[in-house]
Amino acid sequence: MKNFQIIKALSSASAVSGIKKESSAMFIAGGTNLVDLMKKNVVAPDKLVDITGIDLKKVEFLKGKVSIGALAKNSQVAEDSSIKENHPLLALALAAGASQQIRHMATVAGNMLQRTRCPYFYNTDMPCNKRVPKSGCGAIGGSNRMHAIFGASDSCIAVHPSDMCVALAALDATVLVEGPKGKRQIKFTDFHRLPGNTPEKDNILGEKEMITYVEIPDNKFNKNIHYLKVRDRSSYAFALVSVAVALDIQNNTIKDVKLAMGGVSHKPWRLTEAEEFLKGKAVSETIFKQAAALAMHGARAYGENNFKLTLGPNAIIEALTIAASK
Amino acid sequence: MARNKIDNQAEGDSNSSRRDFLKKSSLLTAFALAPPTLVMASEKKWDEKIAEYIETVSLSIEVNGTKHNLSVEPRTTLLDLLRENLQLTGTKKGCDHGQCGACTVHVNGTRILSCLSLASMQQNAQVTTIEGLSKGKKLHPMQEAFIKHDGFQCGYCTPGQIMSGIACIKEGHANSREEISEYMSGNICRCGAYHNIVDAITEVKEGGKKL
Repeated sequence: MKNFQIIKALSSASAVSGIKKESSAMFIAGGTNLVDLMKKNVVAPDKLVDITGIDLKKVEFLKGKVSIGALAKNSQVAEDSSIKENHPLLALALAAGASQQIRHMATVAGNMLQRTRCPYFYNTDMPCNKRVPKSGCGAIGGSNRMHAIFGASDSCIAVHPSDMCVALAALDATVLVEGPKGKRQIKFTDFHRLPGNTPEKDNILGEKEMITYVEIPDNKFNKNIHYLKVRDRSSYAFALVSVAVALDIQNNTIKDVKLAMGGVSHKPWRLTEAEEFLKGKAVSETIFKQAAALAMHGARAYGENNFKLTLGPNAIIEALTIAASK
Repeated sequence: MARNKIDNQAEGDSNSSRRDFLKKSSLLTAFALAPPTLVMASEKKWDEKIAEYIETVSLSIEVNGTKHNLSVEPRTTLLDLLRENLQLTGTKKGCDHGQCGACTVHVNGTRILSCLSLASMQQNAQVTTIEGLSKGKKLHPMQEAFIKHDGFQCGYCTPGQIMSGIACIKEGHANSREEISEYMSGNICRCGAYHNIVDAITEVKEGGKKL
């Protein structure tokens, strides 16, 4: 690993001013992804701004919403009794990600900003448009078993690896950020982006901006929810496909529904068409199958990941069935 | 690491190698240069090795109850600090990329991966490693249970498994075999001693001793 300078920031304002002077400066908190990327020389900042001393670690239930500090640890949020009670989908998704040691280190904002685990992105001997723009994509026509089936481009077919983000996308969360030009709010579903011709950009966060909070509006999704994660081993592996389901069922009728998938796109993939179809319908296996078929509109596979075209809809049906039966 | 080896070298060591001599002389050169020269050397990249010597941060850290005041490079991981600077080689380097759990230690009472932690970010931290578990010659109950249940073959993942197993119980995640397996999934055992590891953790949990 290349050596670097490290400074500690004690407020989000000082963190932002500490980073804006240097072009290759980066924030560090849990470090579970960044330190690994630095060891592999995928990123090589000259300076790190340690933001772990900033008071952004609380989970607070406010009027109409819960506010989660950017530096709250993944395990802290997953095991928060109020989160488990009011937003069990988020707790389930968090517990499905990484290992307990990593969840103790990793922060909510760091989870959002983690990079893809595409092997071509990690291997500096290989072409990768995300790592080195215009260098080509090794995964298209290469080893692409883990890769996208939705929203990919000729430049990049990588997927966002987070589980937590799939739940936050489903739950209509909002991201609060702070930068040199002040504060702004971003809809969670707008935060991550599709690769297009600029896969080097994972999200729309400005270079010198930092995430300060994530907010989830109050909802009725505290019972009929499920996070189904399909992976190569039963724990501590990235998703081949994951599905987040939140249902509000009254008298066997679906009053409201939120659906999102992970492991299938450059961003958490919200299934709005399937959601609209399900609203107002009575719970049945038939409508779940029809919703899953709708959700797969526009899906495209790249060879080794062809199985996701079958696994995807099956996972949606399974997740809906489990959520409805809770 | 070179600097510590130099510090620890006994005087008049006749086995002093040429490599050690070169390391020593390069260190002495670094000390001999006045700070402004060093800054200039660093900026002009005259001698990156010399520059490296000044790019360190001071670190106060408590490991297994012993306080250390150290000077570390920002890039030094907690794992390398423990193994190379403090000679606490019980904590193992498996994958060095956060995928195996062999480097699990407790920082301020929480299990973390030392290979993905920068030592420079552990200011005033209290670290417990496998070496800090026993009281004199009396092993920790989890160490006893691993021996009793044959919770290892080659033993390389064992320090990480034991540190993780203790934390698993303290966190309240050892209420069933399934829960133990899930919350121990960050510790990989290539020999496949998982069944016996779960036996060991279950016994310690059921024993109810304060860990």
